[in-house]
Amino acid sequence: MKFAVVVFPGSNCDRDMYHAVKDVLGEEAELVWYENSNLSNYDGILLPGGFSYGDYLRSGAVAATSNVMEQVKEHASLGKPVLGVCNGFQVLTESGLLPGALMRNKNLSFMCHQEELVVKNNETIFTSSYSTGEIIRFPIAHGEGNYYCDEETLAELKNNNQIVFTYKNNPNGSVSDIAGIVNKQGNVLGMMPHPERAMEKLLGSDDGLKLFQSLINKVKAVV
Amino acid sequence: MLQTHDISPEQIENDRLYQEMGLTDQEYDMIKRILQRRPNFTETGIFSVMWSEHCSYKTSKPLLKKFPTKAPHVLQGPGEGAGIIDIGDNQAVVFKIESHNHPSAVEPYQGAATGVGGIIRDVFSMGARPIALMNSLRFGNLTSERVKYLFSEVVNGIAGYGNCVGVPTVGGEVQFDDSYEDNPLVNAMCVGLINHDEIQKGIAAGVGNSILYAGAPTGRDGIHGATFASDDLAEDSAKDRPAVQVGDPFMEKLLIEACLEVIHSDALVGMQDMGAAGLTSSASEMASKGGTGVEMDLDRVPQREQNMNAYELMLSESQERMLLVVKKGREQEIIDIFNKYGLEAVNVGQVVEEKVFRIKQHGDIQAEIPVDALAEEAPVYHMPSKEANYYKEFQNIQCNVPVVENHASVLKELLQQPTIASKEWVYDQYDSMVQTNTVVAPGSDAAVIRIKGTEKALAITTDCNSRYIYLDPETGGKIAVAEAARNLICSGARPLGLTDGLNFGNPTNPEVFWQMEKSVEGMSEACKVLDTPVISGNVSLYNQSKGKAIFPTPIVGMVGLHESVNHIASSYFQEAGDLIYVVGETKQEFGGSELQNLLNGQYTGKAPEIDLDIEKKRQTQILQAIQRGIIASAHDVSEGGLGVALAESVFNEKGLGFEVDISGDMTVALFSESQSRFLLTIKPEQREQFEEMVEDATLIGNVTSDGMMKFQSESVSIKESVEELYMLWKGAIPCLLK
Repeated sequence: MKFAVVVFPGSNCDRDMYHAVKDVLGEEAELVWYENSNLSNYDGILLPGGFSYGDYLRSGAVAATSNVMEQVKEHASLGKPVLGVCNGFQVLTESGLLPGALMRNKNLSFMCHQEELVVKNNETIFTSSYSTGEIIRFPIAHGEGNYYCDEETLAELKNNNQIVFTYKNNPNGSVSDIAGIVNKQGNVLGMMPHPERAMEKLLGSDDGLKLFQSLINKVKAVV
Repeated sequence: MLQTHDISPEQIENDRLYQEMGLTDQEYDMIKRILQRRPNFTETGIFSVMWSEHCSYKTSKPLLKKFPTKAPHVLQGPGEGAGIIDIGDNQAVVFKIESHNHPSAVEPYQGAATGVGGIIRDVFSMGARPIALMNSLRFGNLTSERVKYLFSEVVNGIAGYGNCVGVPTVGGEVQFDDSYEDNPLVNAMCVGLINHDEIQKGIAAGVGNSILYAGAPTGRDGIHGATFASDDLAEDSAKDRPAVQVGDPFMEKLLIEACLEVIHSDALVGMQDMGAAGLTSSASEMASKGGTGVEMDLDRVPQREQNMNAYELMLSESQERMLLVVKKGREQEIIDIFNKYGLEAVNVGQVVEEKVFRIKQHGDIQAEIPVDALAEEAPVYHMPSKEANYYKEFQNIQCNVPVVENHASVLKELLQQPTIASKEWVYDQYDSMVQTNTVVAPGSDAAVIRIKGTEKALAITTDCNSRYIYLDPETGGKIAVAEAARNLICSGARPLGLTDGLNFGNPTNPEVFWQMEKSVEGMSEACKVLDTPVISGNVSLYNQSKGKAIFPTPIVGMVGLHESVNHIASSYFQEAGDLIYVVGETKQEFGGSELQNLLNGQYTGKAPEIDLDIEKKRQTQILQAIQRGIIASAHDVSEGGLGVALAESVFNEKGLGFEVDISGDMTVALFSESQSRFLLTIKPEQREQFEEMVEDATLIGNVTSDGMMKFQSESVSIKESVEELYMLWKGAIPCLLK
């Protein structure tokens, strides 16, 4: 499987994402600078964490308007997988690929530690290797991870089974403990916790392996 | 702010305007002799920043020479942006610590943030990728609103910059004491990784080569920051806020990536960051090291404010700027790389043969100074030194065992002392995991980061117990180095070398200079015995306000190497049934201890003794035992003594406890701060092997599964819930901040 890790000015988890899929899982991956707008040759697109454009204006807002996002939208419309983590999630909500918004954490502080998540939906291409209800540990590292959406959207997310991960102990004030959601079609996943930081026991957790493996197995089965 | 345009050289001399810039009469006369004329306003400013303590180390240089700086594995010692140590396989580790105390005292968020930005630039200007940040912070007691504000905003500033720039803040230390009330210390350390063939130097070589200015445009911020940092903090220091720089971590992130791409071009000759004294120091130091001169045209320097004069442009400390020397004719290749990242890069001058520092603006020469006069030939002062009055008195104090009625309640109080209490409130705000290398996150004796693509890992620590140094600078200096090494040993790493962050009061006070002198001597001796050369460092003087100096605080930032990630040891107890040992003798030593402060509210008497040969022997034996896999956990016994060390070893989610037998006096056993002690646990089946390898080890008890801590002596019996004490320890700082 061939991944594109899109690098915006200010992305800082791009190399971590690359390491996760390339070095840990042995898949093909390339770091793609945001000005290179041809993403048609990739099977999956990864939008990494960081502070694209310094989080100026609003986190993810400037990156959402860059040309490469048109390519990402095109890719998503073909049903191909897109994963946005942390700042990548913020870019996905800002660009309208996912509903809702990420606000400042309830306590107004940046926070970084391991959090326990509950897998709410294992019927997505990103979570088929987990079981529903499984408790997993991913690091979080964000100042603006407080997921918000209006009640109507929340009802829709629930009805369509779009809530993929929730926090066991909500750290940031997110609506309904939401940690990650997919779009209606199920091929675009945005999440605040970092699966790419949970790939090796040495670093505290390898619960992220199953996420990427689910995706890789699915794509390879289709190809 | 002085209006500079019309001030004539005569007026500078007659009105002694140079004094406002921090130059003495003698120094002004030296400048006149060097130039063989009176300096103009811009030149006076240039000399004043280059000859400030911050840039020239004019009072500390004679002391810094005492440090051992050489060893076969040292690739770069002090003098460049950062020091470099070989770690094998063509790789090397680059590191340095730097202070940003004065700026942080008046504008804590930006002061701390730009401190982080500056030290990161020092490391990537060497060509290294920054892989970890550490910090060492000192504040007054968390009782006044001002101190709480300084503490919160400094932490916020470090987080704001470090998190955005994508370098993990993996650890550090925070201590609190009255002496830092108005003058907090903010020392930031950066560690980088480099391949031997990528090492860059800040050198202006090759006559005719071009000088490129890259990064943020120059504004009027931070003008005279280096001079500001070289004087006592005055009560009206708030007026110096314009001397504090403003950071932009997004710009820095782009600069890192651009510079690390640029180093792969053979068009690059040299690179240096514009830190203290900005364009002035970077350009003149590069020329001085290259044995060349530089000529720059300020009209070409990117500017973000209008009508900046030469004085302002040369002295601005605007952040996120780099100076590069590039082969003539190949400038565009380098400029293109910066442009790719949306950064400006402009040719502002060239390297010339004549060893001159020549600055032009609007077609006129604004400054013309012999290069070596600024850097190499800056004045050096041998300050008078006088043993502090208090010292003799302290040495004569008999060390009695303090009276402790209730050991359990004292232990609880100690665990809530801000210096000992959990710093989770601090480090949870730092991204400690980005770059996915962090094996041991903040909160242990040392942070550990693995090196991708190898079996190796690096351990990093910052340490300095300034109370001991205040009581006895020489002994305290030895302890600072020994304790840093002990932290690394406990993590299973072999110490490689250190960077020193020397923070003291006003060196013109002979007693302060004596503190500097003696502590440096003590540190140097420990460096020799423990094989940890000093490869870089920083000096911050004049840390005093209202006539009161801070405790002498020479911070040690030390880096060690794990040959294999399998050698990484935990500081937490691992399993019920493991045997608990203390290595080293516990003596009746309470001078400078947390117990003394808790009971008396002050520090007096003798610092704990230290025998460096014994320290070395123990460190060697314990490291071997860890490497052979016979140590389950290792923790350094430091502030608060064994009682605190034992408690910290079970302060996690495992729910373990312990029971220990205390022989002798419970107060001494639990709260003495005797040095060269280690708290180890081992599996029962490895007892024999362990006792053969590690001398001076006493079995004191075992790890239990019941979540209780039990201390038993002949006369005292203590039984407390780990959970309860854990919560007290964890909640102390958030509670004080409320």
